[in-house]
Amino acid sequence: MPRLNPDNIELAKEILGRYPRPKSALIPLLHLAQEQDGWVTDDAMEHLAELVGCTPAEVLGTCSFYEMFKREPVGPYLVNICHGISCHLLGADELLEHAEQSLGVKTGGTTADGKITLEEAECQAACTEAPCLQVNYRYRYKVANEAFDQLITDLRAGKLDDEIPPHGTLARRATRQHIPADRAAGPAAVDVNVEPVWLSRNADASEAKG
Amino acid sequence: MTDTAPARDEVSTVTVTVNGTAIEAAKGELVIDAAERNGVYIPRFCYHHRMKPVGMCRMCLVEIDTGRGPALQPSCMIECTDGMSVETESPVSKKAQDGVLEFLLVNHPLDCPVCDKGGECPLQDQTMSYGPGESRFIEEKRHLEKPIPISQTVFLDRERCILCDRCTRFAKDVAGDPFIHFQDRGNDSQVNTFPDHPFASYFSGNTVQICPVGALTAKPFRFKARPWDLDQVESTCTSCSVGCRVVIDSSRDEVLRYSGVDSDPVNWSWLCDKGRFDFEYVNDDGRLTEPLLRTDAGQDLAPAKWSYALKTAATAIKGGLDRSGPAGVGIIGGARLANEDAYAWAKLAKGVIGTDNVDAQLDDGLPAAFVLGLPRATIDEVCAPGGTVVVYAPDIKEELPVLFLRLRHAAVEDGVKIIELAATDTGLTPLADSSLRVRPGEAADVVAALFGSGTAPEGVDPTAFFHARTLLAGGARVTAVIGRPSLAESADVAVAAAHRLLELVPSVTFLPALRRANVFGALDMGLAPGILPGRVTLDEGRAHVASGWSLATKELPTETGLDTRGILEAAANGKLDTLVLLGADPLADFPDRDLAERALTGVRTLIAVDLFLNESNRKADIVLPAAGYATTEGTTTNLEGRVTTLGQKITAPGTARADWIIAADLAGHLGGDLGVESVAQLQDEISRVAPSHAGLAAALADPANRDGVVVPVPAGPPQPPEHAVEGNPADPSHRGAAEGAPAEPVLLADGEVPGERLEHELGPDPAPATVTLPAPPSVAAPVRDAYAHRLVVTRKLYDHGTLVQHSPAIAALAAPSSPLRLNPADLDRLGIASGDRVRVTSERGSLAIDVVADSGVPKNVAALVLDQAGGAAGQLLTAGSLVTDIRVETQS
Repeated sequence: MPRLNPDNIELAKEILGRYPRPKSALIPLLHLAQEQDGWVTDDAMEHLAELVGCTPAEVLGTCSFYEMFKREPVGPYLVNICHGISCHLLGADELLEHAEQSLGVKTGGTTADGKITLEEAECQAACTEAPCLQVNYRYRYKVANEAFDQLITDLRAGKLDDEIPPHGTLARRATRQHIPADRAAGPAAVDVNVEPVWLSRNADASEAKG
Repeated sequence: MTDTAPARDEVSTVTVTVNGTAIEAAKGELVIDAAERNGVYIPRFCYHHRMKPVGMCRMCLVEIDTGRGPALQPSCMIECTDGMSVETESPVSKKAQDGVLEFLLVNHPLDCPVCDKGGECPLQDQTMSYGPGESRFIEEKRHLEKPIPISQTVFLDRERCILCDRCTRFAKDVAGDPFIHFQDRGNDSQVNTFPDHPFASYFSGNTVQICPVGALTAKPFRFKARPWDLDQVESTCTSCSVGCRVVIDSSRDEVLRYSGVDSDPVNWSWLCDKGRFDFEYVNDDGRLTEPLLRTDAGQDLAPAKWSYALKTAATAIKGGLDRSGPAGVGIIGGARLANEDAYAWAKLAKGVIGTDNVDAQLDDGLPAAFVLGLPRATIDEVCAPGGTVVVYAPDIKEELPVLFLRLRHAAVEDGVKIIELAATDTGLTPLADSSLRVRPGEAADVVAALFGSGTAPEGVDPTAFFHARTLLAGGARVTAVIGRPSLAESADVAVAAAHRLLELVPSVTFLPALRRANVFGALDMGLAPGILPGRVTLDEGRAHVASGWSLATKELPTETGLDTRGILEAAANGKLDTLVLLGADPLADFPDRDLAERALTGVRTLIAVDLFLNESNRKADIVLPAAGYATTEGTTTNLEGRVTTLGQKITAPGTARADWIIAADLAGHLGGDLGVESVAQLQDEISRVAPSHAGLAAALADPANRDGVVVPVPAGPPQPPEHAVEGNPADPSHRGAAEGAPAEPVLLADGEVPGERLEHELGPDPAPATVTLPAPPSVAAPVRDAYAHRLVVTRKLYDHGTLVQHSPAIAALAAPSSPLRLNPADLDRLGIASGDRVRVTSERGSLAIDVVADSGVPKNVAALVLDQAGGAAGQLLTAGSLVTDIRVETQS
């Protein structure tokens, strides 16, 4: 199982540079690990523990708090069918049943081709558009059975690749934000009562604005 | 008793009303503590007074009114403020307690009849005392795999866990080993390790002791006994020289468990896993139960009667005395013994046999006169907030683990600055404010440079060096921990470094870091060359001790005898007639194995007194079984010089006798008389004869001194010590730690309270002055040739020593073999890969060994763990050399 690859180690270092204390970077780094493999592997968690200077148990403690960090493999397309009250009243149960049958998996399972993982989700805040679902957290509204089948066919054929990147993707290479090195917070020793550099820099900036 | 906290009336106090009664509380004191101190116990699970509160379990909810009307608040999180009113037994508080307990029991399996904790379980006790008696929940409880091992010694039953955060807080905040953590927080919250990363902490056993339910259980105690069948006595751990207070639990004449007692000046209720789990050796089947004799050379040791064995031993010693005089007898060892045993053996050696060739250390510590002459610090003084601690000692985490916990707390919580001088990274390095890599042999120079104005010495990181210099120049109180950091380096180096520090900071006090159980008691009692009982030298104390022993002064040794190295050299050269191994295994523990082998072969008669057969005493002609820990009473002395009691709980195996009885019996067969018939009598005699121990028996009998007495006993009435909050019997975290049992005062020895010594009984002479610091040795490390590596030899907590290996729970934790560790850059330079087998050559010998890369080892240094299982270190070291250089070569 993979640790972070060399490119992502560089990225991780940049992310670590944004925080005065390395441990604060844990959640962005978990996202990075999930982006790399589509889910957070044990090896990646051990690697992150080394990077932020804590134990793997502490990384797991943080990671396991968040439902959206997947600690088991999921397909590149994670389909979440809403289970909230509005969707329920407008046929979410039937949609889920149809999904289970057409995909041949139970809720929580991944299809035989490894492409699609089916999940139920709590209210996705699109009640006016019920029943709704998300693919890698991108909405699809008022989904009927036929629309669902079409969506799956398109996903498998790669027709939606522009719109829906594989699970875990935070940003595509061209659009990823980078913090310039001189804007980084820089590491600060824990328990040192010295104001981090960036604090005074921000104060200067606001003073300048007047 | 040192008391660094200001007295109560000096800090601002506040008045709080608890259940209608006004009480005084310190400002900032937690409500739960203030109430308990005044006899109002508030139930709790997560709160432990040695850890920061988290308010996790909600059991301590009480009504608190700070002027805005009463509201339920967790009393472990609220500090006392003036005028505060607290109701712990109001209907609202009672309802909260009912509700919280009902809630905590929602998922608790109530499998008390098969749970080890049943009978001493805070959850069980408090459910009975404060709970609603029944539950409204009919739903299925959650099910998880029943106990899973989270380490070699600790099992976790997640169904029983009430998520109080005690074990995880301990792991993170106290031990600094956060290998257990909450996972899947939410409805499925559980404590667990990361997959395949066990809770490999030296302190894991403490989590079992502080778990308020039966979720964490210790492998060696599982299903062994019910708490109400346990019988207990308070004692002191003798696994190392820290001297943690413990409770020994036994049932059916078998030791079943040790638990930590909250001794404020020492262990704060914590124990290391070695100390906690090595009780198994006490009951081990391999214990010596009867004397063994070798009737003819070449024959096996065969059982014999005590009378015959003692007579044979005495005849051998007498024969030796006739042939070569008292100097022909040597005694090695004694650190395992209680103070009274050590005293009896010193009296036998120096008063009856007349030899001064006695040494409790195996050339692995520091010279006795140096240790006894140092201005001594207590643990509390070293750890007091605001201080700076200079450490030149063995790896404290490996050798004195609970001292490591105290130092960790001091550094992390109290801002104590640690300056570590060490040849390689140690367990203390992450805590040190400044950790200087000092090449073996050069410590004194580095100490001098720290107070100088020049640049950093060669090889020392300048940043760390100048930081340390700034710290030392800051004017904070300086204390030091001084020990023998490496067995490949002569004790002279540490001695010289201490002298240098003392010159530069005259007010410095030292905590000597020798590891062996009661080595300090043995030195105090005179089991060292040139030392008589009571920290006096042979010359200074001769008249006083001789009169105390009713001897003529000429009967005591006239000249300072040999230390262990000298004794072994004499034995190897055929100059020693009789050698007594008093619980010593020189083949395993003496740094120069070759010399030890020649000595054991060269000596005419080898007598051993021990608990187990070991490599050395298998070669003996006479082996006498000693009773040992938990089977005899007495006292022991820790590294501060604190004397505490040892409790007797079970009977000794077979016919094994207490060490002092063996000494007395031998004296009798030699035509002498030690004049003692009980431990209490010995204690009285020590108080009378040993100058540093004057008044000790009376001071120890004072119940106020249950945490022990630091010798020399201060003149005047003993000061009552500052005690930790006295515990509610139902709470496991308080002293009397055996959970649920009421704390009992410690009685001396067999329950007798020795009477106070009167002035005229102290002997005719004024007491002689105790040992003063001898002159410093001159130390000049030889130049290392460019191809050599300077060797560092250290110890690990779990080793192949006899006691660990007879304790099944921890025996397997000792690494099977120890590779040579080199800096990765050195490996590259030599063209060797980590894991390769190399040939290592020293002045003494040459051998093949695996090598691994370790970036904690600086360049040009090689590190090795002393591995008693016939390991490499003993074959490379030459006794007495200042440093050891080795050549590392690829195997051809």
